[in-house]
Amino acid sequence: MRDRGETIGNGAIQLLLAVNAVIMIYPLFVMVASSFKTNAEIFSSPLSLPTHFSTANLEKVWTETNFVRYLANSVGITAASVALILMFSTLAGYAIARYRFRLSSLVLMFFLSGMTVPLKLAIIPLFIQLDTLGLVDSYLGLVLVYVAMGIPSAVFIMTGFLRTLPRELEESARMDGASELRIMWSIMLPLARPALVIVAIQNAVPIWNDFFFPLVLITSDNLKTLPQGLTVFVGEFTTDWGVLFTGLTLAALPITVLYIVLSKQFISGITQGAVK
Amino acid sequence: MTEGWRHTAKPFAWRRSLWIAALLTPALLVMVLFVLWPLLSAFRFAFYEFNGLRPSGFIGLENFRQVLFEKPYSDWTWNAFKHNVIAFLALMLFENGTAFLIAFALLKALPGHRVHQVIVFLPVVLSAVIVGFLWKLFLHPLFGLVNQLLGLVGIGAIPWLGNEHTALGSILFANIWHWLGFPALVLLAGMQRISKDVLEAARLDGAGDLALMTKIVWPLIAPSVTIVTILTFIGSFNWFEIPYVMAGLTGSPGGSTDVLGLYFYRTAFGSTTTGIQDFGQGSALAVLMFVFVAGVTAIALRYLRRREIEQ
Repeated sequence: MRDRGETIGNGAIQLLLAVNAVIMIYPLFVMVASSFKTNAEIFSSPLSLPTHFSTANLEKVWTETNFVRYLANSVGITAASVALILMFSTLAGYAIARYRFRLSSLVLMFFLSGMTVPLKLAIIPLFIQLDTLGLVDSYLGLVLVYVAMGIPSAVFIMTGFLRTLPRELEESARMDGASELRIMWSIMLPLARPALVIVAIQNAVPIWNDFFFPLVLITSDNLKTLPQGLTVFVGEFTTDWGVLFTGLTLAALPITVLYIVLSKQFISGITQGAVK
Repeated sequence: MTEGWRHTAKPFAWRRSLWIAALLTPALLVMVLFVLWPLLSAFRFAFYEFNGLRPSGFIGLENFRQVLFEKPYSDWTWNAFKHNVIAFLALMLFENGTAFLIAFALLKALPGHRVHQVIVFLPVVLSAVIVGFLWKLFLHPLFGLVNQLLGLVGIGAIPWLGNEHTALGSILFANIWHWLGFPALVLLAGMQRISKDVLEAARLDGAGDLALMTKIVWPLIAPSVTIVTILTFIGSFNWFEIPYVMAGLTGSPGGSTDVLGLYFYRTAFGSTTTGIQDFGQGSALAVLMFVFVAGVTAIALRYLRRREIEQ
């Protein structure tokens, strides 16, 4: 009796998950399939598969829009921001985790309190600040905002991780007369790689996807990021759905491929902080 | 912690301080310049009148009075606030409710559960701009996927985003599709920390799935529920990107999808319909939103933490 109940229960659960999987995947499937269709095909038979794989939309996106430029901007801005976040937070985390000094806990508290600040709500003074520095409508201005946003939780994670490294390694190198810089660079930091990966993913995803800060800070078309560029693009091709679906597919492609390859790291990086 | 090397370093105390300072400086500098200073300024600016980009005079609580009590600003503020509250309640019920069911289903670790985790989390890694535009196309009254599918079962074309009664719900649906995987996997992680012995004992006592879910799992994942609730609350009141992409800066149609994030952006940076930008009023709105979210979060955390301990 129990076994039968169990089987029915499991069947219901598998059905629930199957329905949910379809709801999650089918829209993306239609998006990709539509990118190979002509406009007429999308409007007349939206649910069918493309009759032949036309790359006309792709060519249009590639040659008639600034799409490649937006893509390159997003890659550059994300890479620069993540690199600076990793560098600055590792240095600060190393100081807090490996040395004892008077203000150490105060400094850590300062960084931690930064985690609770929604920087979006400080956009007005931030805008004025960047305007004063001549950094509005520049890569650097945007990158600095992302670095500021990423540092608090990155310092938190790096400090926590660096504290767990064994002291003996450091001690014996010091006995051998290695400089502090050398100890940090060649002995301790290579061990911090797993934490660096988490910090990198945790920051790269929201920066890559961000729309709000470019919307406020970037006005030149040549500096626009991919999500921001999409809004320009959608405005230009309102009625050409084939091109729109192609643009959305291309915009989703890079991060989707990375996610499928590194799904475990992505999930733990993004839910890190909510899962203890 | 550093007893071993403290005396060896003593002669070089100043060099050591310099080294530590050098390590901390880049991060601290960025934080002071781009977090601390803007944040303090944000509070100050709320009490000033603005002339373009520069504060021109101290006007006390005038900006706050305008956005809260003077028409038409107050109408816009409260209309947007109402939609944020609706969004929070709807996301708690539908997004987190569904996420809880999915997490419970995944906890059973039936075949395919790992693939499902990857699938349900996939939209989470996409930009809200992509998700917003995708669903805007799908919700098109004539050619959109949703109405085409509904047409197959004989339901007529519904103007999802064009109707005041369905627009907010449609946008919330897109948002749920986007984020569902996040609460689902956070709640699943919470469930996986419940000891196997507890679940096994309940099973042996004859508890079915429903009893297991409501009597054992639900109380024991209280800490995860707390985190999901708080993050949903913060997210609901900072909501901006999906409404912006799907309903436009003015929360069309007729302000039925306007939220505080959109209203704040319009006030601060202007729009074609509301006219000039006003940094003073914008700052007052930002301060009100910050104080409200921080205040409610603090109170809710106390209540939810107490609930965790009781259960």
